[in-house]
Amino acid sequence: MNRRPFDPRLLRRVPAARRDLAVLAALGGLTALLVVAQATALATVLATAIDGRLDTTALAGFVAAVGGRALVTWGQGTAAARAAATVKATLRADLLAAVGRHGPGWVAGQRAGQLATLTGRGLDALDAYFTGYLPQLVLSVTVPAAVLARLVFADWSSALIIVLTIPLIPVFGALLGWQAQAATERQWRRLSMLGGHFLDMVAGLPTLRAFGRARTQTEVVRRMADGHRVATMKTLRIAFLSALVLELVATLSVALVAVPVGIRLLDGGITLATALLVLLLTPEAYLPLRAAGSRFHASMEGLTALDEALTVSAVTTGPAGAAARGPAAGVPAGPAGVGARVGTPSGAGEIVFTDVTVAYERTTALRDVTLTIRPGERIAVVGPSGAGKSTLLGLLLGFVTPTAGRITVAGVDLADVDPDDWRRQIAWVPQRAHLFAATLADNIRLGTPDTPDATLARAVTDAALDDVVTALPDGLGTLLGERGHGLSSGQRQRVALARAFLRDAPLVLLDEPTARLDTASETIVLAATRRLVAGRTALLVAHRPALLADADRVLHVAAGRVTELTPAAEAGR
Amino acid sequence: MNPGPVPAARPERVVLRLARPYLGRLLGAGLLASATELAGLALMATATWLLMSAAGQPPLDRLTVAIVAVRALAVSRGVLRYTERLAGHDAVLRLVTDVRARVFATLAARPTPAGQRTGDALSRLVSDVEAVQDLLLRVLVPGAAAALVGVLAVGGAALISLPSAGVLAVGLLVTGVALPVLATALTRRAADEVAPLRGALATDAVDLTHGAADLAAFGATGQALRTATRRADRLARLERRLAATGFAVDAAGVLVAGLTAAGVVLAALRADVAGVLVGVLAVGTLAAVEITLALVGAARQWTQLRAGLSRVAALLDDPTGAAGPGAADGPAVAGGPGDGGAPGDGGLVAADGPGGVGAAARDVRFDGVVVRYREGAAPALAGFDLDLPAGRRIAVVGPSGAGKSTLAAVLTGAVRPDTGRVTLAGRDVSAYPPEELPRAIGGLFAEAYVFHASVRENLLLGRPDADEAELAAATRAAGLLDWVTDQPDGWDTMVGEEGGQLSGGQRQRLALARALLAAPGVLVLDEPTEGLDPVAADAVLAGVLAATPAGHSVLLISHRLSGLSGMDEVVVLDAGRIIQRGRHADLVTTAGWYRDQWVLQEAAERGYLTLTP
Repeated sequence: MNRRPFDPRLLRRVPAARRDLAVLAALGGLTALLVVAQATALATVLATAIDGRLDTTALAGFVAAVGGRALVTWGQGTAAARAAATVKATLRADLLAAVGRHGPGWVAGQRAGQLATLTGRGLDALDAYFTGYLPQLVLSVTVPAAVLARLVFADWSSALIIVLTIPLIPVFGALLGWQAQAATERQWRRLSMLGGHFLDMVAGLPTLRAFGRARTQTEVVRRMADGHRVATMKTLRIAFLSALVLELVATLSVALVAVPVGIRLLDGGITLATALLVLLLTPEAYLPLRAAGSRFHASMEGLTALDEALTVSAVTTGPAGAAARGPAAGVPAGPAGVGARVGTPSGAGEIVFTDVTVAYERTTALRDVTLTIRPGERIAVVGPSGAGKSTLLGLLLGFVTPTAGRITVAGVDLADVDPDDWRRQIAWVPQRAHLFAATLADNIRLGTPDTPDATLARAVTDAALDDVVTALPDGLGTLLGERGHGLSSGQRQRVALARAFLRDAPLVLLDEPTARLDTASETIVLAATRRLVAGRTALLVAHRPALLADADRVLHVAAGRVTELTPAAEAGR
Repeated sequence: MNPGPVPAARPERVVLRLARPYLGRLLGAGLLASATELAGLALMATATWLLMSAAGQPPLDRLTVAIVAVRALAVSRGVLRYTERLAGHDAVLRLVTDVRARVFATLAARPTPAGQRTGDALSRLVSDVEAVQDLLLRVLVPGAAAALVGVLAVGGAALISLPSAGVLAVGLLVTGVALPVLATALTRRAADEVAPLRGALATDAVDLTHGAADLAAFGATGQALRTATRRADRLARLERRLAATGFAVDAAGVLVAGLTAAGVVLAALRADVAGVLVGVLAVGTLAAVEITLALVGAARQWTQLRAGLSRVAALLDDPTGAAGPGAADGPAVAGGPGDGGAPGDGGLVAADGPGGVGAAARDVRFDGVVVRYREGAAPALAGFDLDLPAGRRIAVVGPSGAGKSTLAAVLTGAVRPDTGRVTLAGRDVSAYPPEELPRAIGGLFAEAYVFHASVRENLLLGRPDADEAELAAATRAAGLLDWVTDQPDGWDTMVGEEGGQLSGGQRQRLALARALLAAPGVLVLDEPTEGLDPVAADAVLAGVLAATPAGHSVLLISHRLSGLSGMDEVVVLDAGRIIQRGRHADLVTTAGWYRDQWVLQEAAERGYLTLTP
């Protein structure tokens, strides 16, 4: 992975940051001029001071140059920080929009946790890149150029030495940088694994405790942390080596320039003012390059996050689904870009699977499924865990796209339908509903925030959620913690049911709605489920048998194959 | 784990106390850092002296020493910097190893887990530990070096001219003290403003990713996106506003550096210092101020680290945990294995300690146990009595909220009864050392965690010295063996973060197999077949019971009533009390909760069973 110091995609993808970046570049040029002015003034002051005199004009010039540099420093920092803020906000919006655009299937594949971290803390690492590295990168171009231009006029032989030695910095920097980068990237995986070990152990502490291993495990934690140290030191030895070589090149070059100039001074071949100017300016020529180099290491994290964010948010999914839905910027709520699509069929239409196969990287979840769901039918889906039952629902929800075959609703291919419009036809009760850090009411009114209170209250009653609501301190207005912290799994399940009631859609998909409930609560939820299913087409994944009694048909899913079981009622007939 | 406003000990002090074993190394790193900076300063000062002396056209030999010094300083600065950075990192990483082990030991020693930790709090804990590293590397070592160099620079200047040294001292105080203090205040204020928004944004990100399916299914993605995007924009506006004040400090630093140099020159000229030395003073001043300006950055860093440091300090200072064994006090295995190894190779299972509780001591007795979680709330267990003599198998059933899981918690000592007692071999369970009890009473509990390691390592957690045959037996009983042998990597198949590569059923089976492998004398199974379909659940439960050695007791907690006919006794729990007890065969013929539920469940499952071809 070649990591360039500046990612040109940035300008294209975040146009709002262009202005601040331009200001940054312009101020970089100004800084270079001020560096030269400051050194010239100081050299003059010191050259006259050797006779004990004070050159007031030169000193005033020096102070003025310093004042100018202070202002420019302020401007540069501000512009860099502003650019960072803009870029972060834009990338965050892009990343989240990509999540919305590609849908849940993609997110699950992309590891939701990783994305959440990237969007949150990950991008904050860009601050170091923008305010620390980028300004130095600009200066590493402008300052050497200005210094050389000045020295060519003052003392061309010194300028020549600088011209010859300065390229050594980027050359060595690149050579060693490759080494360091390769080592760092190898290390990165290792670090995250060893670092992840600590987190894993802490997260699993209750289990370790249950096996009486919590304390003995301390030694393992120490051993892994020590492995972390050894691995880190290994890469640091290389990473710091590059800094060492660069520093040596720079300081030896200063010595290389200063000593001959001193000797030329001895035979009067050069004026003191010029000699001092050479001495003061020479280090300035190397400084920004080295500073940029040393900060590159620190801003690596930011650059990695940037690269990841730009890549992830630009990804377009292969199969029809989301790819056709316009460029990254769009929030998929608007109807824009859907023009070419076919009208959305009603969820009450006949649903036909024709030779549908879903293959994941490692396994085939469903194989050649052909299936017809007639309007108003209640179909139970049974089968061992991991057999592909949830995939069947995922297909209907548009979270999963068929690898082969097609699904039509009332004759319309689902692949040609806008997924958001189509999902309006569906009420879904997932196996493990995600609850949001919002009020209970908002969690139930998901997607329809304007639901009148009366409707909400009815959904609460239908889902048998009343007793839960009354037990909460603020009733429906109770704020739930992150991921719905504070509710039991049975209660969450009923919240999910309430959502489905509120949805009032012609097609109902239930993924084991009673999986984690005891028989008593199951009875409550079952009654609610029956009310929900009444008069609608329904597909119920069922571990628990109680749901099967009402089913018109029962599908058996095993190892990706779907077979139909004769319903008990008909068999007995 | 919110540690009040100000923890008793200053977090830096706690860190320094931990750093004591490495103080020598840290001091060395600090001295090397000072030497590096001094070499840089001396290089510029000597070079200036060289040039300005040369202007007087003295004989060359008078300059020889200076010429050699310039070259030597040029080389030594780079070498010094290299050694300093390596030494500093080495010392600090050693310390962090200690801190990690210490934090883990503290958490492990806590009597009860402090509630459910969210993933975010956990990863925060990890980065908090890293804050310790940054505190030393980026704040204390460079800060100490800059302070030392500053003092030496003023001392050096005083040898040449006292007034100039005075000016330099003032300049250094401004850049090394006043500006860092200002930067600290500004950074702190900015952080206070930014932190709530960043936190909210992180929650948004979690909701949008982990809740992606729910949002999409209910067409709420757009709304959630708009909220999050608006928040991101608000954060950006705030950050842009704060940037202007933040960088004013840096600008002031540049200005003070220049003004100090000008002041030093003026003072020196007024004091009639020799011209050559005026130059040395001026150039040296610029270099010295530049070095102390690094303190501004250090101060900013320190401010950002404080919150994390306080949390680590509060955790390590916690009297409930810190009293634990001094395991982390000395670097006992500082050498460690060559390069640590990935979690896949040996990161999970520590060697087994001394043997467990004697095999005969398995009689468990609940005696009038009352547990009340909150004052005034209905008790979770209300005077519960039960005898579980060695070898007996008892099932506890009942509606959710009846107190079944509390029963398991009381038995394992995770929850202490308000009144009454639970005894193992006549001795209160709380009297057993926390490491010993699980060997006697263990099993499968609600929050069974699957580690990011191989199947084998997850299993070995149950019994570290188990051989392959024992692994196979336990895995077969849990119904996971076929899957394991089907995997290309077999026992070494990695299960992913929190077992993410497994299905819910497979995770449950793995946790079950691990519990069986541990083979405690009293096996507690809390909903062992959760997430499995009825056919699989019956098979697994039968397998597990068959695999449990005779003589070992079983306490099975279940909401499913199938497969209980083999139990010695079935206890029906409701509202913390036993409402029915007996053998399965008797209970199904007696009117009551058990029979009602059995009929309901049977009807449903029969329907299902006849459907199976």
